[in-house]
Amino acid sequence: MIPLRRYWPVAASVVAVIVLQVALSLTGATYYMTQVAMSAYYGLVVIGLCLLMGYAGQVSLGHAGFFAIGGYTVAYMTTVNLLAYRDVPLMRLLQSLHLVVRWQNLYGADVLSFSPWPAFITALLLAGLIALLIGVPVIRLKGHYLAMATLGFGLIIYRVVLGTKGLGQADGISNVPPFHLLPWLQVNGRPPFRIQNYYIAWATVLLAMVLAINLVHSRVGRALRSIHQNEEAAHSLGVNTYRYKLAIFVLSALFAAVGGAMMTHYNGSIGPSEATVMKSIRYVAIVAIGGMANLWGAMIMAILLNFLSLRGVFGTFDDAVFGAILIAIMLLAPQGLLRMPKWHAVASVWRKGTFYFFARKLPDAAEGSEKSRMSPFSRGGSHG
Amino acid sequence: MNFPLIVQYGLSGITVGSIYAIVAVGFNIIYSTTGIINFAQGEFLIIGAMTAISLYQILPLWLAIALAVIMTTILGGLMEVVFIRPVRNASVLRLIVITIGLSILIREAMLHIWDEQVHSLPYFTGTSISTVTILGAHISPQVLWVLGTSAVIVAGLTIFFRFTPTGRAMRACADDPMAACLCGINDRWMVTLSFMLSAGIGALAGCVISPVTQTQYDMGAPLAIKGFTVAILGGLGNSMAAVAAGLLLGLLEAFVVSQFASVYKEAVAIVVLLLILVFRPTGLFVRREIGALRAA
Amino acid sequence: MDNVLLETKSLHRSFGGVHAIKDVSVQVQKGQIKAVIGPNGAGKTTLFNLIAGTIPPHEGEVTFQGRRITAWKPHAVAALGIARTFQTTKLFPHMTVLENVMVGRHPRTRSGFIAGMLNLPCTWREDCEIRARACEILADLGLIKSAEETASNLPFGRQRLVEFARALATEPVLLLLDEPAAGLNIYETRELSELILKIRDRGITCLVVEHDMSLVMNISDDVVVLDQGQKIAEGPPRVIQRDPEVIRIYLGEG
Repeated sequence: MIPLRRYWPVAASVVAVIVLQVALSLTGATYYMTQVAMSAYYGLVVIGLCLLMGYAGQVSLGHAGFFAIGGYTVAYMTTVNLLAYRDVPLMRLLQSLHLVVRWQNLYGADVLSFSPWPAFITALLLAGLIALLIGVPVIRLKGHYLAMATLGFGLIIYRVVLGTKGLGQADGISNVPPFHLLPWLQVNGRPPFRIQNYYIAWATVLLAMVLAINLVHSRVGRALRSIHQNEEAAHSLGVNTYRYKLAIFVLSALFAAVGGAMMTHYNGSIGPSEATVMKSIRYVAIVAIGGMANLWGAMIMAILLNFLSLRGVFGTFDDAVFGAILIAIMLLAPQGLLRMPKWHAVASVWRKGTFYFFARKLPDAAEGSEKSRMSPFSRGGSHG
Repeated sequence: MNFPLIVQYGLSGITVGSIYAIVAVGFNIIYSTTGIINFAQGEFLIIGAMTAISLYQILPLWLAIALAVIMTTILGGLMEVVFIRPVRNASVLRLIVITIGLSILIREAMLHIWDEQVHSLPYFTGTSISTVTILGAHISPQVLWVLGTSAVIVAGLTIFFRFTPTGRAMRACADDPMAACLCGINDRWMVTLSFMLSAGIGALAGCVISPVTQTQYDMGAPLAIKGFTVAILGGLGNSMAAVAAGLLLGLLEAFVVSQFASVYKEAVAIVVLLLILVFRPTGLFVRREIGALRAA
Repeated sequence: MDNVLLETKSLHRSFGGVHAIKDVSVQVQKGQIKAVIGPNGAGKTTLFNLIAGTIPPHEGEVTFQGRRITAWKPHAVAALGIARTFQTTKLFPHMTVLENVMVGRHPRTRSGFIAGMLNLPCTWREDCEIRARACEILADLGLIKSAEETASNLPFGRQRLVEFARALATEPVLLLLDEPAAGLNIYETRELSELILKIRDRGITCLVVEHDMSLVMNISDDVVVLDQGQKIAEGPPRVIQRDPEVIRIYLGEG
């Protein structure tokens, strides 16, 4: 019996995506597709983070760092000019294997650089490796220690991309060539390819959703949830908590790196603004408002909020909006807005809001079992 | 490097270090009474300085600073009452996220109330070019103000916590809230008080350092990170150690700047943070087991 | 001796100067129900934690089925066949009763990340088996009606039962029960005794920490008495009952 019931939202999404595209094309508003596609790539980060935060219960305030690693790696590798080395035997070999190609950039200059596929694979490998390196020492920390460590990691990545000449410093890297997934299918943000790329972006996101949904419904998904809800008990039931937390951390980093790589090819550039702490916090805010352990909520909110932000709806209050979202959700609706049917959500928020103003005490829905003031390490022992 | 230069770098390091120490002490005060890490700690310094700068346009310096400190103190209390108190029993994750959100909101509010320009308070005594000579090094008199203020803050807090009934009540709450409640101590107000205290000393520190480092709306976050690093270095909850750790970090930064390029200064704190979190999250001055015991 | 399932040798563990466990050597025979008793603070739960791997001993050894498992991590210990319940029930509050027990099948199943993400056919069968086995156990313990209930919604006694079921799902060879009767009334305690006996009859060895003397006397084959981290006495329940040292530590000096 094939488990299929979990996929009906995917089918519904496919229909919605197609309907939206047709509607936009018919009304001549195809330029919206650009922002939708970008929001979709940001959504990839959110999906990975949702798995990490909502299901496994680990916090990460540095995920923009992985997005940046993915983006900068593909940007660098596809734009670095190796023309000077073209006669070196290794270069000839790479060229014959089509891993390195010769092309002409915007200024008409001859460039010899890596082709997008090897760059993409490298980006993933690099992101995974760095996630592993960071994760091994850091994943056994808990609560604010883990939060701070991931924050520190994000800051280091930001400093690195901002300060390194080869990565363009404050200007970032531009002139990134399109990514030919297949000879007739390329990731390219320019107008002629808009519709094609709209579908590529959505396909990537929905594929990620399918993988995530599968994971959550599987034995591993149950183990992850058990770690979040009571780590000591999970450990005593044979779940290797350390390895699982590390694995999900690396997986979420990979999701973010894919988002970064695709976005970079789509936009043709990447800059240090993609690695800031505010970006990382944005991802956290979106996971929170979507409902910590709610994959679909996270995805919908990612598309929605990023789209609005990209269209400039929030104006100069962009960052403030996400900050306010974080607070509001954590205070009033920690399960996220999309857990309950709409009217139920409104009623609940209203109820909690009035409680809040008149009784100064909020009913506290049981969540993860940690309280403040705990040992920096994961539950290593109980005494007596 | 000659001796006066060493003294110069050393004093510069201690100066900044003492500010980090004050931020860390602010973290510790709130952490001991509530177990929360207040990510918005750094913003208190900036709010205090910005408010004082604005007030200085119509009031004498001392009054402006005093009022700024009072206003920030009240703000800290309000913050606790409105945002923290209702959810004090929530999970760590939730509280972390709330204080992060608060720090963002405060920062954005500052951006819109003031602007993104760099401002500063005037030097308390003298001007930007007056110097005092100590051990052959020429330093600004403001440095003495910073060191003096920090010392007064630390001394004042020590006296407060050890000898006044309110201070002892706060320590009781930090040790065992349930027992403190049974003794008639209102632990909810102790929490509010801890926020107010942290905000107040933060504002004062922000004002005194403003002429030296200038003040800009987004300086709060880096300060918070350095303050947190220092607090962890000393062991969360241990204020005496935080002071020592703050001076240590300040000196380390000064050393790096003197030997390498100043662009690496920001990286020092982050690297230290990661190292300490990986190898010794309970702090340098605490034996591992005891730290784990205490925090459990 | 061939019949020894679990053995601890001269276990030492202290916490910041306090000796929680001092030179404790205990043997558990295959197929028996052994009780660990002693006043509060005697170190009973610490002993469990040392065996189950939650904390490592400072000195001494733990051997299981002839294999040294000293300081092994809890998940490795569980994979060997040692399951435990906790003094305060540690269910997964937001998962259903059935899901709680399904997690118990973890050490006996294998699907990993890749298979899970790709929803490979090998996982379909395994998931069906996990679900079936979990349902069996629930039915066995009379919990099948609550299978789809959120665990935290159950009354206390039934929550404890779910924790039992979850531990049983790991197919343990040795079951460590930490104060299973805590908070149960007389009837529930009696049902608990019958349950433990039933489990033993299935071939599962039980090591039980308990305060409830009637339970201990009724079902255990052997008793170990701890006081202030040290082993005071060991033997059949009737003998322990009459041991003057044991009487002294429970009732105080004359």
